[in-house]
Amino acid sequence: MWFFTPEERDIQKVCRDFARNELAPVAEHHDNTETFNLKAFKHMGDLGLLGITADPDYGGAGMGATAATIVMEEFGKACAGSTLSYLAHTILCVNNLNNNGSKEQKEKYLPKLITGEHVGCMGMSEPEYGSDAVGMQTKAVKTGDFYEITGNKMWITNAQYADVAYLYTRTGPGKKDLTTFVVEKGTPGFTVSKEIHKMGMRSSPTGELSFQKCRVPVANRIGNEGDSTIHMMKNLELERITIAGISLGIAQACLDQCVKYAGERKQFGKTLAHFQMIQKMIAEMYSETEAMRRMLYTVCYEYDHGNRSNNLASAVKLQLPKMATKIALDAIQLHGGYGYSREFPVERMMRDNKLNEIGAGTNEVMIMIIAKNLLSDALKN
Amino acid sequence: MNDFQKELCSNLKKFCMDSIEPHMEHDDSEGKFRMEIFRGLGEYGVTGVTLPEEYGGAGLSYLDYSYVLEEIAKASVPYAVTVSVSSMVQFILNEYGTKTQKEKYLPALTSGEEIGAFALSESHAGSDAASLKTTAKKVDGGYVLNGTKMWITSGGIAKTYIVMARTGGDGAKGISAFIVRDGAPGFTFGKAEKKMGWKTSPTRELVFQNCFVPTEDRLLEEGKGFTVAMGGLDRGRVAIAAIGVGCAQRALDEAVKYSLTREQFKQPIFDFQGLQFMLADMALEVMSSRLMVLSAAQSIDDKKANSKLCSMAKLKATDAAMKVTTDAVQVLGGVGYTAEYPVERFMRDAKVLQIVEGTNQIQRVVIARHLKKEYENHA
Repeated sequence: MWFFTPEERDIQKVCRDFARNELAPVAEHHDNTETFNLKAFKHMGDLGLLGITADPDYGGAGMGATAATIVMEEFGKACAGSTLSYLAHTILCVNNLNNNGSKEQKEKYLPKLITGEHVGCMGMSEPEYGSDAVGMQTKAVKTGDFYEITGNKMWITNAQYADVAYLYTRTGPGKKDLTTFVVEKGTPGFTVSKEIHKMGMRSSPTGELSFQKCRVPVANRIGNEGDSTIHMMKNLELERITIAGISLGIAQACLDQCVKYAGERKQFGKTLAHFQMIQKMIAEMYSETEAMRRMLYTVCYEYDHGNRSNNLASAVKLQLPKMATKIALDAIQLHGGYGYSREFPVERMMRDNKLNEIGAGTNEVMIMIIAKNLLSDALKN
Repeated sequence: MNDFQKELCSNLKKFCMDSIEPHMEHDDSEGKFRMEIFRGLGEYGVTGVTLPEEYGGAGLSYLDYSYVLEEIAKASVPYAVTVSVSSMVQFILNEYGTKTQKEKYLPALTSGEEIGAFALSESHAGSDAASLKTTAKKVDGGYVLNGTKMWITSGGIAKTYIVMARTGGDGAKGISAFIVRDGAPGFTFGKAEKKMGWKTSPTRELVFQNCFVPTEDRLLEEGKGFTVAMGGLDRGRVAIAAIGVGCAQRALDEAVKYSLTREQFKQPIFDFQGLQFMLADMALEVMSSRLMVLSAAQSIDDKKANSKLCSMAKLKATDAAMKVTTDAVQVLGGVGYTAEYPVERFMRDAKVLQIVEGTNQIQRVVIARHLKKEYENHA
């Protein structure tokens, strides 16, 4: 985009090269074997990307939503699964700790997370509380200098690899009685109970976190009791914007792959590029991808310049994943039988992207938020 | 549905739910096909539904057959596909084969003892099938086949293959059709495709290296191969459409059931109007597709197959299957994305329905061709 700063352009180049050299060549393998590319993850740390939004005092890059989204787009073009794990680490864990942790907590946890020595995750959803996340039932009960935590967290990206979990719990019966903790791997009573087999994003591990009378020191509480809702609100926009960045990467990669294929594949004595129906598919994919790009980075720009909007972040999260699923489905269609096979990446991209319509708030939750905001006055009558 | 169809489907449904459904999650992840399931379908008489009884078929209508495919597809799209491709081979043999060919090959296929497969596509000849390059060279007593066929459904598990090969010059008129049996010298199986869906139905390359086929295994005369290939086209399209309806119906069933029991914000998610609209639209897609399929099947039974309608049914029902299965994953949310619930499998299975038996782009070309003809005739 024309308004990217020189630093953002540098990030774009670094990420593009990294994605092309280290993510793309093994994306198919990690998808097939359902394995996490830990080596690439560590390398992201070497490149200084794991704390892209975090305070430089702790090793972060101190950059904004635009830079973080650029990373998502570039990585998303090559391997959306690795990108999702990157997002869970960098945005859900690191950025949350960076924004809400105390100086001591940040000093203790951020440097290792940012170098890639540690992997981070965030625990919010539960088996019975998905869209209705604030209804969560994982309880933290204070006893002396500790909280005793009991409950299960479901759909946790990076669960099996996480050294540090940024965790939401319930400390009272009220809607807003939610309290945040940072919990370390190995704390007695904290286990990762289940590996979840998914349709896509298979190179991104997903598991369930179980807490059974897990004793966590008061010093690991983030802020005060009841602060979780504020923490969530502060981070949600960035989560929604960045996950949409993955969908932009997927859409762009599908378009690139289609343009290439249309120039190579011959049927009826000419390349597909000569057929008007194929031209229409490609022209529409392009217009949709550009609409996505310009909507997304404009919202990032405003976010970075102090004009944050819950509604726009939700609108971005609603539109981009939805459009990318359509584009990826069309990309398979354009490739015909080959598109349906594992030989070409487009079927993986479609499977991967479907998650973006569900994770970090489903399309339906986005609709609910936007409608509630727009109709707040009307709903009073 | 008449009483006979109701009974047929309710028995079949029980078999599908008892004997197919319990294996599907596992077999999908392993890419495993079970011959005993196919033979079980044979015992229910649904592996040769429309074939005449004299060759072991059930002698039923195409309409009955559409219901059968829909029912099997509700449990497993890949098994429905295996049945439909094998049935297509039977139709071709029955339509174009000699009495000897029919007697020799049909009974094992209609009974479900064996599977039939159809080999037309090649790596460079997909939508443009008439450009195929596999050759059949005339020799004493028969032909020698050389070439590689790609995307062959049931490749490796089928015993009887109908293979299109070039005996003459370029284009459709140079193509002939042959019956080739598994085990014929010079006939081997190549790469098994790794696919997004249809994982329990193997898709493989067929490799012919100086494979001898006797003259008595040629279908019709030389150069009639494309006639053979196109003869089953309308039926094949309606069959895929019927499978699409089953696929979509199952996804709708799962979505409605889940939305009635899953609670968020202290009420079943079904009670949210946003979900109700999605579900209503899904049901609308399923029903409109089914009606088109039944109407197209009726035209086949009436011996005046309406090709435009068959193409439209294929296009509509498979687009609907894609949309409805995608929405079903959405309705189930996170669990819908996992293998614990069947909807993501049906979504992956749906996609290729838009590609096989003529991509949905080709269907539009066909429909447009009919429109042009109709309107030019009126002018």
